[in-house]
Amino acid sequence: MSIDATDRRIIAATQGGLPLVPEPYAAVAAALGLEQEDLCDRLRTMQARGVIRRVAVAPNHYALGMVANGMSVWDVEDGVVAELGARVGALEFVSHCYERSRARPVWPYNLFAMIHGASRDAVEEKRARIADLLGAACRGNDILYSTRILKKTGLRLRPEGGS
Amino acid sequence: MTLDATDRRILNRLQDGFPISPAPFDDVARELGLTQDALITRLERMQAARIITRFGPFYDAAALGGAFCLCAMEVPVAELESVVTKVNAHRQVAHNYERDHRLNMWFVLATETAPEIEEVAMSIERETGLRVHLFPKLREFFIGFRVAA
Repeated sequence: MSIDATDRRIIAATQGGLPLVPEPYAAVAAALGLEQEDLCDRLRTMQARGVIRRVAVAPNHYALGMVANGMSVWDVEDGVVAELGARVGALEFVSHCYERSRARPVWPYNLFAMIHGASRDAVEEKRARIADLLGAACRGNDILYSTRILKKTGLRLRPEGGS
Repeated sequence: MTLDATDRRILNRLQDGFPISPAPFDDVARELGLTQDALITRLERMQAARIITRFGPFYDAAALGGAFCLCAMEVPVAELESVVTKVNAHRQVAHNYERDHRLNMWFVLATETAPEIEEVAMSIERETGLRVHLFPKLREFFIGFRVAA
């Protein structure tokens, strides 16, 4: 995945968001001394390669009533975790979904799915839907609710690379 | 602020994606039967009211070469506050949550290079005398997450 210096400048200029003006890409291009067409081509290429996941709005889910969340964790047979994980990730209430290493004996779970809902009951109801979806391929599961935020710093990309 | 039906349609539509084109607001506004100015005004209002958290390209943090790892520790309740202080003192600890499990502290390490993950985890083990369990990502699944507005 090769990102050149111009891509890094584009990332630095847009990771905080796009300007709300009729021609936002022209505005970003002008600020960077690029042609709009060049900027748009580079954005499309980065999107095709997965460097950009999507260009979209992220609503504040707390403001829209999704105030409860839980980290659900599942012990899924290795042979089917790729296929089943893809189906869990596609659920509209799952915001992160990863296969991760187990840490036996303390931690048998290899599939992590963050579930969001309007209440803890709603989260539990969605957890049951995932359990149904996984069926017999799942040998155990748990859910961890956060009780306190101990630290929260925004993850910012470092566009200059090494520093 | 109170959201009306048009605001909700805008939020639902723009979670699915925003065009990379010369006049993207005009493209979306036509689709929704709005004027470009009305769309932009509503987005400004929702951004100011923090209904919209972010609007634009979402970058894959790992694509720029950084390394990330979810970690967890089993911290005796009596030691919790002192362990929090020691763990959070590392600038590579990006977020840290207390959770209701035997593994009661969960944090993300974000480092410039992959070997640093192990180094920071080992420092924390030395400083706290407690085991740091690493849960590296083996596979990331595509997310269909949508908040119905």
